[in-house]
Amino acid sequence: MSTSRQPGETSPLRAPLFFAILAALILLEGLTTGWNSALGILNMGLISAIMALGINLQWGTAGLFNAGAMGFLALGGLAPVLIAMPPTPGAFAAGGWGILLAFALAAAALVGAVLAWRRMSRFRGLAVVAILLLGFALYRLAFDPAVAAIEAINPSAAGNLGGLGLPTLVSWPVGALLAAGAAWVVGKTALGLRSDYLAIATLGIAEIIVAVLKNEQWLDRGVLNVNGIPRPWPVPYEIDLQSAPAFVARAESWGLDPTLASTLLVKLAFLALFLVVILLLIWASELALKSPWGRMMHAIRDNEISAAAMGKNITRRHLQVFVLGSAVIGLAGAMMISLDGQMTPASYNPLRYTFLILVMVVVGGSGSNWGSVLGGVLIWYLWVKAGDWGPDLMQAAMAPLPEGDFKSHMINSAAHMRMLLMGALLLLVLRFSPRGLLPEK
Amino acid sequence: MELLNALVALTNYVIIPATSYGAQLALGALGVTLIYAVLRFSNFAHGDTMAFGTGVVILVTWGLQALGVSLGPLPVALLALPVGIAATALLLLGTDRVVYRYYRGIRAAPVVLVMVSVGVMFIMNALTRFLIGVDQIDFADGERFIISARTWNQMTGMREPLTLRTTQVITVVTAALVVVALFWFLNRTRTGKSMRAFSDNEDLALLSGIDPDRVVRVTWIITAALATVAGTLYGLDKSFKAFTYFQIVLPIFASAIVGGIGNPVGAIAGGFIISFSEVGLTYAWKKVAGYLIPGWQPDGLLQLLSTDYKFAVSFVILLLVLIFRPTGIFRGKVV
Repeated sequence: MSTSRQPGETSPLRAPLFFAILAALILLEGLTTGWNSALGILNMGLISAIMALGINLQWGTAGLFNAGAMGFLALGGLAPVLIAMPPTPGAFAAGGWGILLAFALAAAALVGAVLAWRRMSRFRGLAVVAILLLGFALYRLAFDPAVAAIEAINPSAAGNLGGLGLPTLVSWPVGALLAAGAAWVVGKTALGLRSDYLAIATLGIAEIIVAVLKNEQWLDRGVLNVNGIPRPWPVPYEIDLQSAPAFVARAESWGLDPTLASTLLVKLAFLALFLVVILLLIWASELALKSPWGRMMHAIRDNEISAAAMGKNITRRHLQVFVLGSAVIGLAGAMMISLDGQMTPASYNPLRYTFLILVMVVVGGSGSNWGSVLGGVLIWYLWVKAGDWGPDLMQAAMAPLPEGDFKSHMINSAAHMRMLLMGALLLLVLRFSPRGLLPEK
Repeated sequence: MELLNALVALTNYVIIPATSYGAQLALGALGVTLIYAVLRFSNFAHGDTMAFGTGVVILVTWGLQALGVSLGPLPVALLALPVGIAATALLLLGTDRVVYRYYRGIRAAPVVLVMVSVGVMFIMNALTRFLIGVDQIDFADGERFIISARTWNQMTGMREPLTLRTTQVITVVTAALVVVALFWFLNRTRTGKSMRAFSDNEDLALLSGIDPDRVVRVTWIITAALATVAGTLYGLDKSFKAFTYFQIVLPIFASAIVGGIGNPVGAIAGGFIISFSEVGLTYAWKKVAGYLIPGWQPDGLLQLLSTDYKFAVSFVILLLVLIFRPTGIFRGKVV
């Protein structure tokens, strides 16, 4: 949401120019460091771009500040574990029903508490507390033995429920659904109040989701990580390619080392898959924003009071767009885990997965979908490269100084240069070019 | 006797830690709430402001220790506090001049200022890490305990230990002094009154000739003091690590909102509500229950929540307040 929203004239060449610069940067990376690294940055950049599209839906089209992208991303990442991994033999029989029973009890207690609050008049506070306490005790009674039973099964390799063994592609929409569910709960409570309450509530849910993923071993093995998540449908495995004579012959006829060619082909396959998803998302959201619904969203963003006077339910629409945006982030989370092939809950860091995405959206241009894609890939590129350049730069700057504690301290802390760079970029864009690199039309 | 033992265990594991943690949260929440009351935005950079201030305090403490300065039983960090506060105040005033002032001038929406504070957060994050690194640092010196488990045992002959650490007492005493000074300032001095007037009704305050720049400057200076004191006390109590200061913004925000954002009394109450709920829900009640109900040895630890989920406590309290009383317990501002 920029502060000045006059539709200024921007050159039609602006977008192609910026994307050409981006392509040149990636090409340069490929020529200097290697194509594996360039494609790696591009793939992760595209996933970041999808996250940015989700945040852009919330911030750009509705002015909602989501400070918990990390949480929705992590929750989406749970989907490949639960859908695509093979089930752990015997785990469900051992504790699956117990866990389901525990959740049913917890849900029943919550419903009972809400009903008691609504129906009773006197002592309802006491009744609610009593119902919740009893519900919690029953929940723990059912939950704890079930968890112990599941975690006892083959703890070195499994110890969790495992998944359904379905194709990985199925898990992507499921990831979106999981994130949407969490977003609904948060949005339902925090929307319609002061604008920054949503920011604080989302900050909280993100920490909690990551804490759950780190600690619930029966679900995703917690900090023990889940490895070997199957790849989505058309993407081959390097090993299979290298042992296929046809592929080796083809690679050699192109003058490529078969090992290198196989890794490149895998990355290209992911790239194609991601591009399809991004184009579909942009197509859908451009269509939605041009429809009466999109005009209504813009009307609400630009003047909530007049939109409310026209009979628009602002809180409802905000909830809708917040859930949609979070679903897109969840989708990105599932895609990211499929790309990595492993789920490592300890790697979710709010600076990288929440606040960096905000930088991407603002730098790309709030409210502009192509801007989010540009911002996503460009900022990711800068983030990766700043990690390399920072120490080099510092080394050069410190070269004339004598060896000592100060010099080694400065060189060691050069890795934090990227934080400085991102903060400065965000502040500069907000201040001098609040509509971003590719302003919304 | 058993009842007494239960009481001692409760004091040792819940009341003392929760009180000092609550005092730290209250100081943090006061800073957030002041910024909210005067500048009208939620400052996401507050945790990193605390980290920066503490980082400066640690550096000065090291310097003083190298010079052989000692405060006897008290930690040297207390002596370094004024320097930390001054450095943080300069940083915040500089940030306001370079960053926030422009947005006040164009009367930007609060949510834009929140986004701006994210940018400031990144920069302060980097500054703190440049200054002091990412490692865990323990900088408390002086006497470690006021009452150690052994002295307690000698004093009372009780089996159940009770320890009172110096840092815990210092935390509570310092926090109380700071709060008294703050309320005296806000209610009794001319500048404090003009700050409250500015917070209640900006236009009216401007009409009455209050200098807005001065009010904003004073607010940042007080915030710097509160953040540095809160951060240093937290660091003395639990050791310093840059990342935990970033994470602590969640309970701090929750404290401010629970008490009623923009309301200083609410921030203090909120801090203690959050800390007692957090410690109480993550404490294993087995021992206390064992004393209270003779002959009953529970199988589990009677721990309602594992400590890994302590953030969930702040969050759930936050959600409950947002659902049932969005203005907070002490009726804060709703803008």
